[in-house]
Amino acid sequence: MSEAKELQELADKEYKFGFVTDVESDSIPAGLDEGTIREISRRKDEPDWLLEFRLKSYRYWLTMKDPSWAKVDRNPIDYQQIIYYSAPKPKKTLDSLDEVDPELLETFEKLGISLNEQKRLSGVAVDAVFDSVSVATTFSDKLADLGIIFGSFSDAVKKHPELVRKYLGSVVPYTDNFFAALNSAVFSDGSFCYIPAGVRCPMELSTYFRINAEGTGQFERTLIVADDRSTVSYLEGCTAPMRDENQLHAAVVELVALEDATIKYSTVQNWYPGDAEGVGGIYNFVTKRGLCKGDRSKISWTQVETGSAITWKYPSCVLKGEQSVGEFYSVALTNNYQQADTGTKMVHIGKGTTSTIISKGISAGHGQNTYRGLVDVKKGAEGARNYSQCDSMLLGDQCGAHTFPYIEVRNPSAKVEHEATTSKIGEDQIFYCNQRGISTEDAVSMIVNGFCKEVFSELPMEFAVEAQKLLAVSLEGSIG
Amino acid sequence: MNHKKEQLLLDVQDLHVSVDGTEILRGLNLQVKAGEIHAIMGPNGSGKSTLANVLAGREEYQVDRGTVRYNGLDLLELSADERACEGIFMAFQYPVSIPGISTAYFLRSALNSIRRYRDESEVDPIDFLEMIRSKIELVGIDEKLLQRAVNDGFSGGEKKRNEILQMAVLDPKLAILDETDSGLDIDALRIVAEGVNSLHADDRAIIVVTHYQRLLDHIVPDHVHVLSEGKIVRSGDKTLAQELERVGYTGLGVDDARART
Repeated sequence: MSEAKELQELADKEYKFGFVTDVESDSIPAGLDEGTIREISRRKDEPDWLLEFRLKSYRYWLTMKDPSWAKVDRNPIDYQQIIYYSAPKPKKTLDSLDEVDPELLETFEKLGISLNEQKRLSGVAVDAVFDSVSVATTFSDKLADLGIIFGSFSDAVKKHPELVRKYLGSVVPYTDNFFAALNSAVFSDGSFCYIPAGVRCPMELSTYFRINAEGTGQFERTLIVADDRSTVSYLEGCTAPMRDENQLHAAVVELVALEDATIKYSTVQNWYPGDAEGVGGIYNFVTKRGLCKGDRSKISWTQVETGSAITWKYPSCVLKGEQSVGEFYSVALTNNYQQADTGTKMVHIGKGTTSTIISKGISAGHGQNTYRGLVDVKKGAEGARNYSQCDSMLLGDQCGAHTFPYIEVRNPSAKVEHEATTSKIGEDQIFYCNQRGISTEDAVSMIVNGFCKEVFSELPMEFAVEAQKLLAVSLEGSIG
Repeated sequence: MNHKKEQLLLDVQDLHVSVDGTEILRGLNLQVKAGEIHAIMGPNGSGKSTLANVLAGREEYQVDRGTVRYNGLDLLELSADERACEGIFMAFQYPVSIPGISTAYFLRSALNSIRRYRDESEVDPIDFLEMIRSKIELVGIDEKLLQRAVNDGFSGGEKKRNEILQMAVLDPKLAILDETDSGLDIDALRIVAEGVNSLHADDRAIIVVTHYQRLLDHIVPDHVHVLSEGKIVRSGDKTLAQELERVGYTGLGVDDARART
């Protein structure tokens, strides 16, 4: 194949989720002041306590500075240019999926997310979020039979205000950081999930986030509470249209695991990364944190980050319960001009708490990939243990990999191990594959997949396959 | 030995090759017919491995002059993976490891890439396992090795046997063994040689690149070529290898190339 033709083909299949859905949307004009927040709250018909929470957060946010400590190079964000609320115009209140705008259903079909329950993989329930609102949730009735609450955040505010009020901001307070404060002020929708005591959720729960409208920011809020002895596995996926402006996505995810509960949270993030010259793409600035509140509880984060112009997030675990367990498995890939500054914080408070960190960073093109992590063992965390492994792989010589591990240990009985490697994908490896008939592109994808194996094996089966394909697509054209 | 028509599978004419500006092959000629086994011998630095690698399509090797016809094709026009798909296989002197990818998966991917190139249907994992079982016995390796990552933590002997296993599965027209005997003890050498011999066929040619005669006690060549300073300086039948064993390279009037350049 001629080189020109090959390049053209690659260019053609770069980002296949870049289309825009033509729906009428109902937006609040760009800009942010107390009026905007009151308007969001009014449109969502929220109780006063929630409006108060928003306003408190907003006033706090005004006192904060846009942080600049991450190892990323970005344009300043003009917060007055962002549309904080955009919803596809509802024809009327929805009682069932049949009433969802066909245009929206089709959008999600195109993204490979069928909201039609008959067609859906029977093992997965989906909450679909389009710009600022949740448009549909599948299988909620079936889950309700088990006492599981799964649906949009707005819905939960109406139907289960006591639960939302109890846990909202309990893991990520609005004072936590600049973007968490902003999110707390303007969040529009997201998913809420509650698993009652003793229940093992029989299917994967999943939220699919889609940014569609131009100029909007997406500020969703996810809250998952696993009561005593319950278990849940949750997955989120994300895409956005191709645009040459940078759009902001500043979500907050809070997880609470009570005694003996387990939450597994997996992310396959494929926001629009910008074009090959680094124009456009999503700024993915997200605060994710889990609280292992009960003894022997466990929270496991798995993330595959291939999209976004800039990814800046640290899914973390606060290990408060005795013998609670925190895990973080991450693959972050940066190609072209993408940047990622990601990692985790493991805060050991309870006795006998353990944590594991496995991070795989892959840089190609001009991509910059930073692992930043904190292992913080507090005074009372008798016998705490941590194992961290951070591996970086470089494809080409224009990209960069950086590792910033921070370790703070205040209990002498704690054991903390850290290993780090950096490797360059070898010409020898590629030639070996070529000599067996495997093309260079397939060889790179195979070698990188092998590198990420420990993380992919943590993903639910069908998503692991998805993640591998995504990695292959994201790497296309990265080797000359 | 060759019952088919006298057609060349490989025809190398006046091949000049350099690496980083240093000329390594300086006008090499070699003709190989299907069904034949050729041994390329020579001292260190004579260009043996360069010949193997340039035939396999390694990019660092710059062809300055000459032609290579292979099976009716201009070989130098093809990329390394296309050459593999056209039936050229090289057993590596130093096989590389690919962590995280099982040997079985790797080999099936290779087989299916080649099959796709030839418009043949792909082999599913079940059929593949079936097909590979018989080949495993041939090279005397443990089936568990298939589940281990490609060459990752393999012993020297396991790596070389794995190369022969791959050769058996990919069924090449032209197999090039690059110093396959290096680092093998006598038992491993025998097993590898038996594997190669069992793959000897009328429609396949084998080029054995080696420094020592000892592999040729087990794999008997039809033709032996002695390479010196990037050229073939002597050709003969298997007795040439034996003579070489007796008198050494200098006894044949062949100097160590590195001493002269």
